Amino acid sequence: MGFRRKDLLGTRDLSAVEIRTLLESAESFKEIAERPLKKVPALRGKTVVNLFFEPSTRTRTSFEIAAKRLSADAVNMSASTSSVVKGESLVDTVDNLQAMAPDIIVVRHKFVGAAHLIAGRIGASVVNAGDGANEHPTQALLDLLTISEHKKLEPGLIVAIIGDIAHSRVARSNIWALTTLGVTVRVCAPPTMLPRGLEEIAGVKVCSRPEEALEGADVAMMLRIQLERQDRLLFPSVRDYARIFGLNRQRLEIAHPDAIVMHPGPMNRGVEITSEVADGKRAVILNQVSNGVALRMAVLFLLGGQGS
Amino acid sequence: MPKINKNIICDSKEMDRILARIAAEIVARNKGCRKLALVGILTRGVCLARRLQGIIREISAQELSLGILDITLYRDDLANATHHPVLRKTEIPFSLDGATVVLVDDVLYTGRTVRAAMDGLIDFGRPQSIQLAVLVDRGCRELPISADYIGVEVPASPQDRVMVRFKESDGFDLVTVTPRSAFQGE
Amino acid sequence: MSKNNPSLLLKNGRLIDAGQNLDGKFDIFIVDGKVNEVATGLDVVADQVIDLGGLWVLPGAIDLHVHLREPGYEYKETILSGAQAAVAGGFTSIACMANTNPVNDNAAVTRFILEQARTAPAKVLPIAAISQGMQGEALVEMGDLVEAGAVAFSDDGKTVPNSKLLRHALEYASLFKKPLLCHCQDNALFADGVIHEGVISASHGLAGIPSLAEEIDIARTIMLAEYLRVPVHICHLSSRGGVELVRAAKARGVRVTAEATPHHLFLDERAVADLEYREPLDETAKPSMLCYNTNTKMSPPLRSAEDVAALRQALSEGLIDVIATDHAPHEATEKAVEYDLAPFGVVGLETALALALRLVEEGDLTPLQMVARMSLRPAAILGLNSCGSLAPDMAADLMIVDPEREWVVDPQKFHSKARNTPFAGWRLKGRVVKTFVDGRVVFSI
Repeated sequence: MGFRRKDLLGTRDLSAVEIRTLLESAESFKEIAERPLKKVPALRGKTVVNLFFEPSTRTRTSFEIAAKRLSADAVNMSASTSSVVKGESLVDTVDNLQAMAPDIIVVRHKFVGAAHLIAGRIGASVVNAGDGANEHPTQALLDLLTISEHKKLEPGLIVAIIGDIAHSRVARSNIWALTTLGVTVRVCAPPTMLPRGLEEIAGVKVCSRPEEALEGADVAMMLRIQLERQDRLLFPSVRDYARIFGLNRQRLEIAHPDAIVMHPGPMNRGVEITSEVADGKRAVILNQVSNGVALRMAVLFLLGGQGS
Repeated sequence: MPKINKNIICDSKEMDRILARIAAEIVARNKGCRKLALVGILTRGVCLARRLQGIIREISAQELSLGILDITLYRDDLANATHHPVLRKTEIPFSLDGATVVLVDDVLYTGRTVRAAMDGLIDFGRPQSIQLAVLVDRGCRELPISADYIGVEVPASPQDRVMVRFKESDGFDLVTVTPRSAFQGE
Repeated sequence: MSKNNPSLLLKNGRLIDAGQNLDGKFDIFIVDGKVNEVATGLDVVADQVIDLGGLWVLPGAIDLHVHLREPGYEYKETILSGAQAAVAGGFTSIACMANTNPVNDNAAVTRFILEQARTAPAKVLPIAAISQGMQGEALVEMGDLVEAGAVAFSDDGKTVPNSKLLRHALEYASLFKKPLLCHCQDNALFADGVIHEGVISASHGLAGIPSLAEEIDIARTIMLAEYLRVPVHICHLSSRGGVELVRAAKARGVRVTAEATPHHLFLDERAVADLEYREPLDETAKPSMLCYNTNTKMSPPLRSAEDVAALRQALSEGLIDVIATDHAPHEATEKAVEYDLAPFGVVGLETALALALRLVEEGDLTPLQMVARMSLRPAAILGLNSCGSLAPDMAADLMIVDPEREWVVDPQKFHSKARNTPFAGWRLKGRVVKTFVDGRVVFSI
């Protein structure tokens, strides 16, 4: 029952019960953001280290606020200030960190499996805040929390994920979590950004055109396109991408009339999503951000008593 | 299953009588108070608070605000909790500033729950005063806390098991004490 | 009979020798480090007699693909430690790749390797680079290198991207009757890949290396050899497509040979993320890092289960001529990093024989075929005429194997300096108990 793990490394191996427990707990934490005094003593005396090897102001800030609202001591350690720049290995960095007895480590790293490597080596709980193109479980869970405010997360629901699937940890974590709950997931990407065989591997429907993915969809989840990928021959031009894969008002018409529009941020306005849609009444992009804090509070809280 | 020797402290009829008395005491003591509210501590304190709210509505035609408080985040034993705490939603749909709050719980024991509840309440505002109503006071306090309204006093040892059941959650009203000796051989 | 080299009689062993097509109870008489006579019930006077009581006697295994790291990376492995690992695994000759520092692209380095090898327990056969500095730009001085003792040419670890250079290398090497051992890989398709492009790369987001990256280059290499009518050897086949290319080429009469490594014959891509993949692990010897085990990172990568089946089939049919280990030692801290950052390669010398015996047990190979893949064929490819078989007059390079002896792979007990095996914790059956080189015991358990 519930959620009893030392670490949250991904959604791939979470059960439906665990996912629902996390979402229900997050639901309870939303209320704290509305209080005049947005702080509870649950993790008083615990140390949460935000270990970010990749810059990400948003995710780091969200975790930091979550930790502080739980009264944990949140310490930020970014690659530029850490000894990583001096050529220290991840293992050495982690061993040093371990010696300072943190309770929870939130890690963002550009390589797959970095969080797993740390978790296997350290007594503290580890939260994966993104490892390469693999997983970003708290993003997926906050997306689910946001969806659940508008739709029932159950079989029959259709979520369309559109963008660079191959290189997206957000897509992967969402795919695992949503399919575990029986939700229908459609993915759509330029063929150069779609892993071969994903249909069978992940139990999703692969659509070649966004129109096909969006038809009757309840949720349109747009992914950030990393513009530097253009240099790697993955797409010919931003203009071409926006024209074929971008979400605009006309394309959104194809979706269910009550469909919601999501984006993990930061957005490339005018590329994967037009400003009209991003700022429109069906966009829940800012709800995703507020839910991120509640969800991360729930994660830190549920892990907080388990580590060490 | 061996027959367990339970002592019934109060049944449904007795509970109605006790609650009516507590309600009356709350009204009497807070006569003229403009901002009086009940806050139930999850889970059974909420049940109790709802009952008191209903009785007070009948006897004094006053509609008291009702809040729900989950004290999980304020517990002082979170770090070494062996069972996993389930978090539920706190709802305080009114301002606590300047209010007189009656905290409601089913059993008063070590006092730690009440301590946590007071910390929790204060995070929502600055009440004028906080009073405490409990159905059962079983003694064995570990903190300097006492109740303002007490249904029954049941001196019990830490090994004894005090159980409270409500119609709303359990289908019947009942308070029992099961002495430790009854569990042996269980 | 000199006192330095006493005569030896091995009695009551089961001799399995593909070179003589023998599998049965034979006695072997060894004089002056060479096989003198092989017969049943040999009645000769020997300085020493060993009764093997039914243990197996096999020609020493020959590995035409190892990395000994010396000169330059002695912290990973030395010629001595690599040779010690070899004899512990039943290998009596090992051919070492050129990607040392400096690269073995000139006679001085070749001579240095041979000099270092003089005190090593196994025969060390240097493989010279194909191109100077393995830069793929200019040919090495092949004649000079052959004279110094190079047995083959390879830029292993890298492909030779320039087809004109590869053509000339094939032509030139044929003059000396030395094989080219080709590591086939299309660099652009390989890109920054770290694992097979398949199920795990798709689900875990690790950059994939398509089988195609290897197959395109195998096709190019075979076409060159076919056009030039020269032999070529393809290193570490890993995919079904590669097998099919070799199959078709052999059917056309192209002089192509191929090898497969034990890890490609036993592991598939799932080992990377350890999904439902713990079967052979001994519970008491579980490696510490089950997820994203960098000891599953090698080039070519572990491919799909289907590819593994195709490789086994090809090995069984003889399309794959040789089992070679691609023994690639790395120091522990080099592998204790993020998967992307870990160097490619795993060690193999000390587990290869027991894994090959498992192929026998699982019916993929007969014992004679196993010996052919590990001794006879590699000797033939490298043009070694004094080893690979235990026929009379051949060097007495052999191993005594206890086929029933079970053991658990414990990297801490390796003779190699390195511990980077993907087989840690595997329970294996069959172990080398004694190894002889030129009639002398070089390893004894």
